Amino acid sequence: MSESFTKGMARNIYYGGSVFFFLIFLSLTFHTTKEMPERDNRVNLSESVARGKALWEDNNCVGCHSLIGEGAYFAPELGNVYVRRGGGNIETFKGFMQGWMKAQPLNIPGRRQMPNFHLNDQQIDDLAEFLKFTAEMDVNDWPPNDEG
Amino acid sequence: MSTLKYQSQAVAKPYFVFALILFVGQILFGLIMGMQYVVGDFLAGAIPFNVARMVHTNLLIVWLLFGFMGAAYYLVPEEAETELHSPKLAIALFWIFAAAGVLTILGYLLVPYSTLAHITGNEYLPTMGREFLEQPTITKIGIVVVALGFLYNLGMTILKGRKTAINMVLLTGLVGLAVFFLFSFYNPANIALDKYFWWFVVHLWVEGVWELIMGAILAFILIKTTGVDREVIEKWLYVIIAMALITGILGTGHHFYWLATPEYWQWVGSIFSAMEPLPFFAMVLYAFNMVNRRRREHPNKAATLWALGTAVMAFLGAGVWGFLHTLAPVNFYTHGSQITAAHGHMAFYGAYAMIVMTIISYAMPKIRGFGEAMPNSAQVREMWGFWLMTIAMVFITLFLTGAGVLQVWLQRLPETGEALSFMATQEKLTIFYWLREIAGVFFLIGLICYLTSFFTKEKAQA
Ligand code: HEM
Ligand code: HEM
Ligand SMILES: [Fe+2]
Repeated sequence: MSESFTKGMARNIYYGGSVFFFLIFLSLTFHTTKEMPERDNRVNLSESVARGKALWEDNNCVGCHSLIGEGAYFAPELGNVYVRRGGGNIETFKGFMQGWMKAQPLNIPGRRQMPNFHLNDQQIDDLAEFLKFTAEMDVNDWPPNDEG
Repeated sequence: MSTLKYQSQAVAKPYFVFALILFVGQILFGLIMGMQYVVGDFLAGAIPFNVARMVHTNLLIVWLLFGFMGAAYYLVPEEAETELHSPKLAIALFWIFAAAGVLTILGYLLVPYSTLAHITGNEYLPTMGREFLEQPTITKIGIVVVALGFLYNLGMTILKGRKTAINMVLLTGLVGLAVFFLFSFYNPANIALDKYFWWFVVHLWVEGVWELIMGAILAFILIKTTGVDREVIEKWLYVIIAMALITGILGTGHHFYWLATPEYWQWVGSIFSAMEPLPFFAMVLYAFNMVNRRRREHPNKAATLWALGTAVMAFLGAGVWGFLHTLAPVNFYTHGSQITAAHGHMAFYGAYAMIVMTIISYAMPKIRGFGEAMPNSAQVREMWGFWLMTIAMVFITLFLTGAGVLQVWLQRLPETGEALSFMATQEKLTIFYWLREIAGVFFLIGLICYLTSFFTKEKAQA
């Protein structure tokens, strides 16, 4: 690097640049949180959805699955499973979920296994409501198709 | 008699030793998961995949934190030209952190996760069950307490000593690490907000403040091993971290493409994150430049190799593999696929695992009383470990990338109805997963080889 470009100049760019871009980042974050109510489906955030999210966390579902593309890559994407397995109908989907959760582990030799979490009917319904909620968020049309 | 400038630098030793022990655990659980990827029911009753994954990623983060702390305890007194404020506090915090870490991992392994959440009172302040932040809330609080004590100790040391650029940058990075970790306590019922601020921990760590830590450690090692003028090295350090933060902060936008967020993030995130490889590229130029301009032949060849290696591998893993999927139109198809996993592996290994092994390589011979370097035979084994692990990681990344490209091709590109389901796609990827597992075994062999380099017949002067 040339001699006329000094350490002091480099330091000033570092301080000035990071403060400047951090402030922009904060303003965009502020703006985004103002816009999110239009997109994140919060009008439908019921007690049941909130309980479902807590169950999702307490059982570490994200340790195998992804949710809107984030999490693990061992088991299917679940952000849109409401569409894939419920066809967008909550009764169909709850029926599916009740059957699915209780059938685990499938014990098919050599196949990846999902554990049984010993949830009761109400808890499974709550999880279904939570996954309906994630499927109905406006996430700029991700995923590319129903397979997630 | 140890060969240290300041006796208190020796508190780094337990941190380094424990970090490497956890590293072994991390790799063993990686191999278990790698098996479950191909033989689905392998150990499934005893160690379900999600448990193995928590153990693998949490051990990674914790051993890197131990490594950073050890690095700071070693480097800060030497830069400040004074003894550490309180070696006793450093040792006490070591035991607290180690005990909390071991208990947490045992908790993951011994009881179902929901039980762990229950007995640790997760319902009162729910923070668990999110990727990388699976630790019980009480463990998270413990981490904050340890971080505060650690920062206090370093801060007091720097206050009474010389304030070099390296020390200030390192301290800024470590303070940033602690501050952004606080976002792990924010977990609203609204999943969109939860995810948005989750990235304040994850992204602003690895593509923000951790780069300051990495840059500071690298600068320290380059000054010591090459003897190049401090002014030159510190100028480069400022340029690199300036680029890192200027691109990396708004680069966070590459995680806000599909998150109930406005579309402008697709532009902001794409443009700024596309420039994030620059600081990593600058690190390569700088490391090689400084080594070529060296004013002395340092006897610790292994440490120099690690320093050059980390610059190159961080550029490949973070820079090249990051760029691969960072533009919004590409990320639309690759988001959350094996390509993500490929990038995550090489970036974490290249930037952070390797920078920790760099400082360990430089510091341990001095702490243990061997002088500037380990005996030659030990260095040869260490360098074998370097090459085996690094090449194995290149192959792991290539195989996962192969799996990811095919996954996108089969599962993501076709329309609904035409596309293969997730599970059907996974079966088609089996060959890549077997190859990844084999590369993983080579990684483990490399790690063992590396660890043997610490045990040598030659006696230390201590
Ligand atoms: C023997 C070598 C290794 C094997 C077989 C292995 C295997 C795995 C597997 C199967 C996953 C889970 C992927 C999923 O969610 O489906 C994973 C995650 C991860 N591993 Fe490893 N691993 C190994 C070594 C390493 C090393 C050396 C590092 C870093 C230094 C590392 C860092 C990570 C990270 C950061 C994740 C989370 C990735 C993400 O969320 O995208 N692993 N590993
Ligand atoms: C050393 C620095 C870096 C590390 C340790 C790192 C690590 C990771 C990890 C572990 C993930 C997966 C997170 C998850 O589980 O969801 C990830 C995601 C991602 N990283 Fe990095 N990264 C680094 C730098 C970069 C850079 C410089 C870029 C861009 C040029 C980049 C682009 C991305 C993108 C676009 C994703 C999202 C992938 C997806 O949509 O699934 N990363 N990174
Ligand atoms: Fe990122």
